[in-house]
Amino acid sequence: MRLEFDGYSVHSACAIGTLPRMTETIRPRHSFLVRVTHWLTVLSFLALLVTGVEITISHPRFYWGETGNVNMRPLFTIPIPSSRSSVPTGYGYVLPDQNGWSRYLHFQSAWIVAGTGLLYVAFGFFGGHFRRNLLPARSDLSPTRLGISIAQHLRFERPSAEEARSYNVLQRLTYLVVIFLCFPLIIWTGLAMSPAFESLVPATVLGGHQSARTIHFFVTGFLVVFLLIHVLMIVLAGFRNRMRAMISGRVTEP
Amino acid sequence: MNKLSRRQIITTGLAATAAVSGLAVAGKLATRYGLIPPDSGGIYGAGETLTYAAQRVLTRHALAREFSQSQISKDPFANPVDPLGEEFQRYQSRGFVDWRLVVDGMITRPASFSVSELKSFPARTQITMIGCEEGWTYIAEWTGVPLSHILELVGTLPQARYVVYRSIQTEGWDSIDMAEALHPQTLVSYGMNGAELPVPFGGPLRMRVPRQLGYKNVKYITRLTMTDNLKPFGKGLGSGELGAEDGYAWYAGI
Repeated sequence: MRLEFDGYSVHSACAIGTLPRMTETIRPRHSFLVRVTHWLTVLSFLALLVTGVEITISHPRFYWGETGNVNMRPLFTIPIPSSRSSVPTGYGYVLPDQNGWSRYLHFQSAWIVAGTGLLYVAFGFFGGHFRRNLLPARSDLSPTRLGISIAQHLRFERPSAEEARSYNVLQRLTYLVVIFLCFPLIIWTGLAMSPAFESLVPATVLGGHQSARTIHFFVTGFLVVFLLIHVLMIVLAGFRNRMRAMISGRVTEP
Repeated sequence: MNKLSRRQIITTGLAATAAVSGLAVAGKLATRYGLIPPDSGGIYGAGETLTYAAQRVLTRHALAREFSQSQISKDPFANPVDPLGEEFQRYQSRGFVDWRLVVDGMITRPASFSVSELKSFPARTQITMIGCEEGWTYIAEWTGVPLSHILELVGTLPQARYVVYRSIQTEGWDSIDMAEALHPQTLVSYGMNGAELPVPFGGPLRMRVPRQLGYKNVKYITRLTMTDNLKPFGKGLGSGELGAEDGYAWYAGI
């Protein structure tokens, strides 16, 4: 079987010759840098999420403003038991304290994700990745075209073959929001909770120390929803092929 | 797979050598300028070292936020402590008149101060936030002697790099570097919100390090030791069972 690969013909060593399939085209999809930074972000995000949940358990109450503690009325409380006996949760027991390693791992992962993010953004601007792959075409931003795209997503339509090669307009807009709004905001609100960093950049702009913590929590929630929809869309579009594109960088087209 | 050309092998080899020597030089410089924390070993050591070094470079002289009178918390929360023993209660029953703060180690004039002696030194009053690693905060007005004043009084030797402070609760000892110890807002505090420092908040004497988290703000301090090496103290991690020996980071500026 002959495979087309970026204009070159190669002979396939795969044992798919028995299948009655037409010539397949293998195209390059994601650049090496996009793939490496993607998976580093996945690993760090999962570590940040698990440790973040663990840290939250030690005080599952959220406030607005500068101060907040168990003597004050919270903005809202997550109805879970706590890992501290000083927090009144209504549950009759206290979970084990895992904050030590959780904090270490949280900050170590934060360094990795911040470094990876900087590398990715630099590449995105200077390597043309943002302009080529993420900036939506002006024509795609018309209400009619956006409406069509939203309707296609809501009907869970399997994307066309064309979309294996590039992102659709909703995808582009979502990625831009995640990259340029969510990540900077979650890093800033995270740093705003550091008493040493606060001596450089006060949390006042964010509404105060506790507000920063509450915003940090909501951005995390938004990113978790993004992650779930992102994975759902990959399953819908063809899990194997999309995973292959993000791992090997190549995508198969029928 | 492409075959590696001779040029690629030489370039890679040179780059790797440069990277390794770069790291070695960076390590030497970091040690020289005190950018390596005592808990720099282990799997989280890299992240912790980056955090500490970055904070030392960026925030060495930055001041913790100070708030207005109206922002003082009406309901500050006193984190529960282990039961205070008989010895403490004896001091308490006598109004802490014979409570002493012993200063020793790398100094020229070993000393021991009573609370009233400390009160006769130049005082500093500041309205700052205290934040627990669990996430809660309160704002209070703290009065005390700047630690730098005590360090000067006892003739601290220039080779001293850390101040180890111990509490009547033996498990609650901790240490800070000289940058933090000489910082104008680091206080040996004896007053809170215009009154004597209440016992639940650490009275008669509490180390107040507003640019670090609550657990570095050890209550009931009895002894300061200047040293150039934290290895001989406890397990050599720089703080006791309420800090590094319980798996928490030694540097708590974040």
